[in-house]
Amino acid sequence: MTVILGQTFTGVSIGAVLLLIALGLSLTFGQMNVINMAHGEFIMAGAYTTYVLQKSVSDAGLSLLVALPVAFLVAGALGALLEWLLIRRLYLRPLDTLLVTWGVSLMLQQLARDVFGAPNVQTRAPELLTGHITVVGGADPLTFANSRLFILTLAVAAVVALSLTLRLTPLGRRIRGVVQNRDLAEVSGISTERVDRTAFFIGSGLAGVAGVALTLVGPIGPTMGTNIIIDAFLVIVVGGIGRLRGTVIVAFVLGIMQSVLEYSTTVSVAKVLVLVAIVAFLQWRPQGLYTLRTRSLV
Amino acid sequence: MTELSGLRVRGLRVSFDGFTAVDGVDLDVRPGDLRFLIGPNGAGKTTLVDAVTGLVRASGSVRFEGTELLGRSVHRIARSGIGRTFQTATVFEELTVLQNLDIAAGAARGPLTMLRRRRSVPEPVARALETIGLTERSGSPAGTLAHGQKQWLEIGMLLVQDVRLLLLDEPVAGMSHDERQATGELLRRISAERTVVVIEHDMDFMRSFARSVSVLHAGRVLSEGTVAEVQSDPRVQEVYLGHAAVQDAGPTAAGPHPEHAGGAHAGSAVQEV
Amino acid sequence: MTEPTSAPGKGNPLKRAVPAGRSARAAAGFAAAALALFALAPLALSDFRLGLLAKYLCTAMVAVGICLAWGRGGLLTLGQGVFFGLGGYAMAMHLKIADAGPGNLPDFMQLYGTATELPWWWRPFANPLFTIAATVLLPMAVAAVLGSFVFRRRVRGAYFAILSQALAAALAIWLIGQQATTGGTNGLTDIRGFFGYDLDDPVNQRMVYFVIAAALLLLVALARQLIHSRYGELLVAVRDSEERVRFLGYDPANVKLVAYVVAAGMAGLAGALFVPAVGIISPAMIGIVPSIEFVIGAAVGGRASLAGAVLGAIGVAWARTALSEEFPGAWTYFQGLLFIVALAFLPGGLASLAGVVKRRRTARPTGEPAPALPLGEAA
Repeated sequence: MTVILGQTFTGVSIGAVLLLIALGLSLTFGQMNVINMAHGEFIMAGAYTTYVLQKSVSDAGLSLLVALPVAFLVAGALGALLEWLLIRRLYLRPLDTLLVTWGVSLMLQQLARDVFGAPNVQTRAPELLTGHITVVGGADPLTFANSRLFILTLAVAAVVALSLTLRLTPLGRRIRGVVQNRDLAEVSGISTERVDRTAFFIGSGLAGVAGVALTLVGPIGPTMGTNIIIDAFLVIVVGGIGRLRGTVIVAFVLGIMQSVLEYSTTVSVAKVLVLVAIVAFLQWRPQGLYTLRTRSLV
Repeated sequence: MTELSGLRVRGLRVSFDGFTAVDGVDLDVRPGDLRFLIGPNGAGKTTLVDAVTGLVRASGSVRFEGTELLGRSVHRIARSGIGRTFQTATVFEELTVLQNLDIAAGAARGPLTMLRRRRSVPEPVARALETIGLTERSGSPAGTLAHGQKQWLEIGMLLVQDVRLLLLDEPVAGMSHDERQATGELLRRISAERTVVVIEHDMDFMRSFARSVSVLHAGRVLSEGTVAEVQSDPRVQEVYLGHAAVQDAGPTAAGPHPEHAGGAHAGSAVQEV
Repeated sequence: MTEPTSAPGKGNPLKRAVPAGRSARAAAGFAAAALALFALAPLALSDFRLGLLAKYLCTAMVAVGICLAWGRGGLLTLGQGVFFGLGGYAMAMHLKIADAGPGNLPDFMQLYGTATELPWWWRPFANPLFTIAATVLLPMAVAAVLGSFVFRRRVRGAYFAILSQALAAALAIWLIGQQATTGGTNGLTDIRGFFGYDLDDPVNQRMVYFVIAAALLLLVALARQLIHSRYGELLVAVRDSEERVRFLGYDPANVKLVAYVVAAGMAGLAGALFVPAVGIISPAMIGIVPSIEFVIGAAVGGRASLAGAVLGAIGVAWARTALSEEFPGAWTYFQGLLFIVALAFLPGGLASLAGVVKRRRTARPTGEPAPALPLGEAA
């Protein structure tokens, strides 16, 4: 029983990380249909921001709190810059966007290598987050690491914030309007260009927040983005384009699957099995878990 | 005519997420007919064609020459002798006119033929090129054709595809008067031995060439018969007058946006009778 | 618009539709390439440089498949490393078994000391004929299974790209995890012999180069035949408007599947020949990063043009060696820049530049229609 609970919680915390890194993509890829391979490097930027801040602000807890908004701004600014420089020229060529942003991601990785060095670096977690909560005591205890709980809370908070922004604010309405009918939005007086850039700013900013969270569970390095970006894209593909709900559910389901399969096999076999499951799932629902059904030809 | 020939639609129903676009349509079109489908925007005309060709899921029954089509995949329906065109001419822009036609002619080719080069122009393709007047342009990429020529190319693709049921979605939109005339005569010739269904907003064109007309409204067949019968049907007048009585539209050709101009033309057509 | 019933012109324009000059030009290009590969390069280059060229030619073989699948079929396959790796590992397994000699385990298995006999899935690779067939057929079979799943359910465009990339990641991760039987992160290294020939001997290395050069020319000829066949025209039609093709009675899934499977076979052969040329195959050569690098050569040279893709792949591979010898970090910046410039600003690749020049030159009315439209009629 403790094993099942423990694996489930591990799965949920893997899912929370997945959710955080995929959340920004659900805006840029899910809503705007831009495949930004440099999203992983925006996560990296958020992580390095945390690292830099911790060097200047000695208190680990304070620096982490400061890092959240700063990383959001740093990654968001990078995203808006990328949108302005390259992506806006490529809105009708999604596959070319993928490769162009891959080129950007290579350059950002090398930049990180030149600035921070090739080896991974670490941050200190604040004391509050190094402990754990004991849920079941006794000989076979079940404990939850505080850092994992923090990530879970952060992920949930980010989802709520994004969802409320999209639903309630004028900006959110404009974003949804542009997504649903670009031409109509344009003639209704919405500056689609500005909306695109703002949406990209927010989506990329969320990557920065994810980067802050990742510093709590692993090392910071130039290639950290590459390793997670594919998983994040798979979450969106399986969850269904344009649906936040799908992203949330799939992130946790994949996280739990990964953790349970890891327990019964090995990490690498589990990864392969999860991928097989995804291909099988797409046989059943090629458009993902939640779909917007339309009558368009595509 | 036997029971089995032609197109036979029964109780066809198509819904998108709660909205019912086609709501129980019955339709019979026999070979030799040249049937026009008219109706205001949103009446379900294109959706009906989409359902027949397998693009959207539908319930009910669609039989062509006795074979049930619903539930088959798009390419299988096409192989059972059914071809269509689209509102916006859809041709392979990067390929030449000849290549477009050759592909349309070749769904039944075996793998060995496919893997070889095209050494000569197949006879049906050459004939179609001549019929649609694009022989001179056979080597140009289809993307360089004028709008009307693309529509002609699409019709040519249907010809070489050798289908027995043709579904044409606004085939003369944006064409000049002469071009419309030529298209109509071509359709008339084709329909002698095939079943042809045309969605059209241009009422002049319909009056000149339709052998029979079905009026769709809100996903149902409102009226059916010859042009004269349909135009004198008070229900049809009501639907169209309700839409376009105030607009004074002359019998000019539909502009580049026939969707928007359609109601007006339909209205004028009824008023003129 | 002409009258619909107009008679064909005097100099029957239909004849023009089957150009004869194109094949003559292609034959000339082919002969020049053969001359360069078989005579000039071996004479002009040192053994070391010739070995490097052999390596570049292997990436060019992958690029030929990418040209077909992506340039012509619109299938951005970011997982060619998988097929390259399958071919490479199949060949390397045979060569390791052969190096170890009958009855012995490959060196790395003895080192880890876990296995006492060959794993069952290694055993068939002791047979050279099985291995040679497997290097091509195994990738094709994997591609066929995966492709028939994916294409039939109309997973396409970016989804296909991401899925194929995930596949590359998964295979690399799996190989790393199976240290005892695959060599893990190190891969299969220290390959000494190639079907009985000692690879330390420069003469045999040259032989490997010639085999690779011949294989590349063979693949180019094969791809050219496919591209100019009716199938090749249909493939472009599927790329440009899949739904329209469906309404003509074709199943686009099958059309795409052929291109994908052929491209996989080409990558498999490339991987198999890469192993004797370089002496190693490892997960680092087949994961996400190398898989996407296979694409860049084709993108720079011109994805839809065979000559462009091949020359682009060789050029990029060469630039990589040249630049990273001098300035290791600079290569990555340069590579990133290549992706950006080639795809954002020159989507037809360098081949499209040649096309522009050519079109300007042959503006005479009698001239052959310019063949090098970047995405259309490229030779």
